[in-house]
Amino acid sequence: MQASRTAGIPFILKKAFLSACVALVLFSLMIGIRTEAGPDGQLTWWTRFGDLASIVGLVFGGSIIIELLRQWLGPIGAEKLVPAPVQRGLSLAGRFLGPALLVFTLLVPVIFYNQRYILDLAILVLTYVMLGWGLNVVVGLAGLLDLGYVAFYAVGAYSYALLATNFGWSFWVCLPLAGMLAAIWGVMLGFPVLRLRGDYLAIVTLAFGEIIRLVILNWQSLTGGPNGVSGIPRPTLFGIPLDNSDDGLAAKLGIDYSPTHRIVFLFYLILALALLTNWVTIRLRRLPIGRAWEALREDEVACRALGINTTTTKLTAFATGAMFGGFAGAFFATRQGFISPESFTFQESALVLAIVVLGGMGSQLGVALAALTMIGGFELFRGLETYRMLVFGMAMVLIMIWRPRGIIGHRAPTVYLTKAQAISSDLVKEGHG
Amino acid sequence: MDYFAQQLINGLVLGSIYGLIAIGYTMVYGIVGMINFAHGDIFMIGGFIALITFLLLVSLGLTAIPLILLLVLLVAMAVTALYGWTVERIAYRPLRHSFRLAPMLSAIGMSFVLTNYSQVAQGARVKPVPPIITGGYTLHEGAEGFAVQLSNMQIMVVLVTIVLLAMFTWLVSRTRLGRDMRACEQDQTMAALLGVDVDRTISMTFVIGAALASVAGMMYLLYYGQVDFNMGFVAGIKAFTAAVLGGIGSLPGAVLGGLAIGLIETFWSAYFSVEYKDVAAFSILIIVLIFMPTGLLGRPEVEKV
Repeated sequence: MQASRTAGIPFILKKAFLSACVALVLFSLMIGIRTEAGPDGQLTWWTRFGDLASIVGLVFGGSIIIELLRQWLGPIGAEKLVPAPVQRGLSLAGRFLGPALLVFTLLVPVIFYNQRYILDLAILVLTYVMLGWGLNVVVGLAGLLDLGYVAFYAVGAYSYALLATNFGWSFWVCLPLAGMLAAIWGVMLGFPVLRLRGDYLAIVTLAFGEIIRLVILNWQSLTGGPNGVSGIPRPTLFGIPLDNSDDGLAAKLGIDYSPTHRIVFLFYLILALALLTNWVTIRLRRLPIGRAWEALREDEVACRALGINTTTTKLTAFATGAMFGGFAGAFFATRQGFISPESFTFQESALVLAIVVLGGMGSQLGVALAALTMIGGFELFRGLETYRMLVFGMAMVLIMIWRPRGIIGHRAPTVYLTKAQAISSDLVKEGHG
Repeated sequence: MDYFAQQLINGLVLGSIYGLIAIGYTMVYGIVGMINFAHGDIFMIGGFIALITFLLLVSLGLTAIPLILLLVLLVAMAVTALYGWTVERIAYRPLRHSFRLAPMLSAIGMSFVLTNYSQVAQGARVKPVPPIITGGYTLHEGAEGFAVQLSNMQIMVVLVTIVLLAMFTWLVSRTRLGRDMRACEQDQTMAALLGVDVDRTISMTFVIGAALASVAGMMYLLYYGQVDFNMGFVAGIKAFTAAVLGGIGSLPGAVLGGLAIGLIETFWSAYFSVEYKDVAAFSILIIVLIFMPTGLLGRPEVEKV
């Protein structure tokens, strides 16, 4: 081992040198020279050779480290069956981690009552947990790759926003309506794409998501176009507003009003919605329809041969996933008080999909952890707005290379003969829908 | 009628640009079987490289326009080809035997990386260039003072597309590399057994696709007089639509599809509404995939159990 490592040094240096040369060519024009449009429309340019040199140096150093790590760790073997001790540990952790996380989440508003920032962040994380669980029904369970999930989020948000601002309907009336409308759109998308699979399905859903966004952007008379919808009513506790008025919750309970009440209420609202999503998903997995989804993911042809109606199976998957997206959208609208098409770009779809994939596709706990990691990670780069998506993209590529099966890369089978044995996700198929 | 003829010319020019990008999609899909999501951003990078090279050459004191254009073309093709190679090497090659979703997600990540990299490196503002190729012909003087114009720029875009298409058709059908590509497209394992270097062939596919996309980027820069970091996404999807419409995996099909998409988009903008031109393009994508998934010149895909 020692010998092979010392013998490799010239090789490592040569490789690093080549990488640095490639980097030099790649970055010399794009980073070495900066262009900018002047005030009179004339282009000016200046050089940034310092930045260029440091980046090329970074590539040189980085490729040495990567090569050393690769030699040190050795090739990554593909394990098909998770070893028994690991499996026991995982199932133990799985058994306790979930409830522990849930208890902690329930206590978050109590612990961090005075820290508005943490509460806001927690609400954001829970929104993405809910979106992740919703998309998980489509991608993780039914194996239908959906790149336009944000469309349903947008439908839900705009349904609530428009119904509430135009007709003054309350949040609790609009919430089921938003879910239903999103589900209808899910079926409308589902019908034409029934025959498509894999990549083509992904690209059609992407196009669908973009169409919805462009229509919202351009249908000015209804949606306000790029200006969005503002003044969306805040949610009420079944009719009791959470404000400083005389019939507000604080006045009725006889306690001092604080704006935090509303934040705490929103927190528990999204937590309840997310848990509803989770509960429904877990229940559905045990019903024939859930079994049919998973069968569809594994093999559509076999599915048909066994007499499963693939049409209804796919449509229910799309509708269920879309409905949860619609709920999340309605919540988003009531929380923000203002929505515009900018919140529903393709990047959001990709983010939710990345959460599902990083979470191991199909694992509820994994999706929750992935949402926490992703949104938490995003917050770390809050100050560096432009670098945020750059880092997100790099993370997506690296995760795919390093752990394409996500953090929790194993599956507990739904049906088994004598004992449940977790298998590596390498053995299940996705995206073949 | 004059208005129609003018839109026809504009549509064909726009379609040529889409066709050049679509070739990259179609070749990669044919060989590796994946949608190279980052290809639209490679096109954008090509536009930026062309812009920077152009600025540098002008600042160095070169004045001969044809020489400048030739040099810009060569530099942009070379550097962008290296981008294509690097993207394949970093983001796709390690995932060659992974499950089918992995390269696609990796490609989406790479697309974000490239978009935001050029935003960070070159700023978010639109970069304009003055018109470089001027002049043209008036084909027909209309009655109400509307004249059908054919600019030299438009002639150049179409000519470059035709020349490049001819070159690459020759490359794919007559050379060793082209034979290797077609072999890899049919059966990678068999090709490897017969001594074809599959990794190298796939790399070359990405290199060629990126080089063509950079030409498209340069044409876009010259024709529209501007580039910005965000132009890759929509152009990429439209070019992908073109590739699917023409029949994915088919080189002439890609150009045919590009022309069709360019014409549809131009006529839609001219006669219906400019705001909804992207909606029209996306709708065509959906309609084509649903009703005609093999496209105009494609071969039907047989489902094997």
